[in-house]
Amino acid sequence: MFNKILIPIDLKHADNLERAVFTGAYLAKQGDIPVVFAAVTTAAPSGLAHNPDEFRSKLAAYAETQAGKHGIQATGHAVFSHDPTIDLEDALLRAIQETGADLVVMATHIPNATDHFWPSNGGRVASHADVSVFLVR
Amino acid sequence: MSDNAANQGIPDPEGPANVIDTEYEIGQDNIETRLGPFNLDIHNPVFMVSGLTIALFTFLTMAFQNDVGPVFDTLRKWLTSNLDWFFIISGNIFVIVCLALIVTPLGSVRIGGKDAEPDYSYFGWFAMLFAAGMGIGLMFFGVLEPVYHMAFSSPLGVPSPFDGDGNLIEENVAAAKAMGMAATIFHWGLHPWAIYAVVALALALFSFNKGLPLTMRSVFYPIFGERTWGWPGHIIDILAVFATLFGLATSLGFGAQQANAGLDFVFGIPISTTAQVVLIIGITAVALISVLRGLDGGVKVLSEVNMLIAALLLLFVIIAGPTGTLVSDFGANIWSYAREIIPLSMPFGREDDGFRQGWTSFYWAWWISWSPFVGMFIARVSRGRTVREFVICVLIIPSIVSVMWMTAFGGTAIEQVLTNEASQVHEYVIASYSPELSLFGMLADLPMASITSFIGIVLVIVFFVTSSDSGSLVIDTITAGGKVDAPVSQRVFWCTFEGLVAIALLLGGGLGALQAMAVSTGFPFTIVLLMACYAIIKGLRDEPR
Repeated sequence: MFNKILIPIDLKHADNLERAVFTGAYLAKQGDIPVVFAAVTTAAPSGLAHNPDEFRSKLAAYAETQAGKHGIQATGHAVFSHDPTIDLEDALLRAIQETGADLVVMATHIPNATDHFWPSNGGRVASHADVSVFLVR
Repeated sequence: MSDNAANQGIPDPEGPANVIDTEYEIGQDNIETRLGPFNLDIHNPVFMVSGLTIALFTFLTMAFQNDVGPVFDTLRKWLTSNLDWFFIISGNIFVIVCLALIVTPLGSVRIGGKDAEPDYSYFGWFAMLFAAGMGIGLMFFGVLEPVYHMAFSSPLGVPSPFDGDGNLIEENVAAAKAMGMAATIFHWGLHPWAIYAVVALALALFSFNKGLPLTMRSVFYPIFGERTWGWPGHIIDILAVFATLFGLATSLGFGAQQANAGLDFVFGIPISTTAQVVLIIGITAVALISVLRGLDGGVKVLSEVNMLIAALLLLFVIIAGPTGTLVSDFGANIWSYAREIIPLSMPFGREDDGFRQGWTSFYWAWWISWSPFVGMFIARVSRGRTVREFVICVLIIPSIVSVMWMTAFGGTAIEQVLTNEASQVHEYVIASYSPELSLFGMLADLPMASITSFIGIVLVIVFFVTSSDSGSLVIDTITAGGKVDAPVSQRVFWCTFEGLVAIALLLGGGLGALQAMAVSTGFPFTIVLLMACYAIIKGLRDEPR
């Protein structure tokens, strides 16, 4: 049914995203579908990496670990953003285009009052992506 | 395994760069928590100490302004009068270091790694650095300063073209006009941009090449080592936040007064604190929208729009003003600047104390106090340029634009003053000193004055927005320990805080006092910048070229 599953991942808070990763991996395993873990980074150094190359390596290592853990085929796809605080959704939409994924499995929070001012990342991706989006709470 | 490099969103390959091996992890001192529905990711203690210090200074200045105001004012005057030699020599060092970087092999080092590609086009990059750092000043001083220096300042002892009764002395006109323009360009040319370039280059190098957090303290790693992450670094970052926020807030307060004066001049909207508070709220609201739209969708777009409007106004003044004179003056002004730059840069053996201490030394302190903000913002958008390209684009091209701007606005105003004693510029700069009206006075004597004056007011307001939004991003990054992806609520906080401080000072008094305090931070930051020059050269020598 699907050819590629994209799972957005925040490497710093990967533990909080286990349900989405598990769901995506489960679906991938059922249909033998390759998974892409997409993560957004900045050019500036962050707590995770000194530069984009290092970030890319860490993401690749994460994808490899998940591939072994869930018995799936997984790769990493890093997306560069000048201002990820604001442009996270745009960066993820770009990742969908670049990877050719046709299903996004994404963690999202339970709606709250702030969503009226700053909609959730998952909600915005679901609103703007032209592929199927599975939000996991 | 990962996708191959060509299939990734990151510019690739980054190539070799000499990352500093430190055990410090960006964000390790941060407090991550929730305050109601808002996420927070703030550096401990920089965020809290900066916020509380700023609130305390604002309160004390308002509560005891009769006592505190003179102290801050005296401090600023003492520094720029007694240490003028220090500011002037330091300014010269910054220019020499920048020019040396252009011609030496160090200029071939690329910011972000040997194979990094630029994040922004030349136009977007240039628009952002200009709109953040100098736009407001050009609007305020573009007419005022050339006329004032020609008529009153007597830089290097060049006599005024007016006698005591205000009559024109023909034989003094040519020399005074040339010196008025040269002195103005001196304050808006290579020296201020060299100050910004030093800070920006140091931050960009130590962040994008060395892997240290994008915050002022990182520049000092070669000097302080691991102590950079302790209190020496905290103090540098807190001082940077302090200088940036008070620099922006006081400028915003004064800018609202200038815009109100312009609105009164053009539309008859009375000058009142209510109108000024409304203007500050409006500017802050637009700046908030800009920061919420992000660096690309907000700050960059607004900067580009701003530069386009400014370019149109510049073109209009060139066409509607004395076009032939302005065109020939452009080359002549560059020549005057080139001829006078060394005498004007001399710290000793001069008798023009009023000009040297009251203008040059004050300007250098002012530019330097703004340099953490403008420099850090320039650094953030400059990845992918070689050092040579960076210095040429941050030092040489903006200086040429400054010459063009001053030639058009100042040259037109000087022409109006010299040919028409009843001109409005003569009225607002020479007869009755009203500096906030000098730009509008010059435009009033050109065709379509009501339209161009309105555009002038819009430009003043939008330049404040472009400084306010980029300043909020810079403060947000510093107070998040160098993280550029801190929660959005923090940039909203700083942008709003800046507007509130401006309103509080406008209503409660103390704008001038705290601006004097902010300018005074130019002194410690001059020392910081001198150390940054050493750090840049040391850092560049370790980089692959």
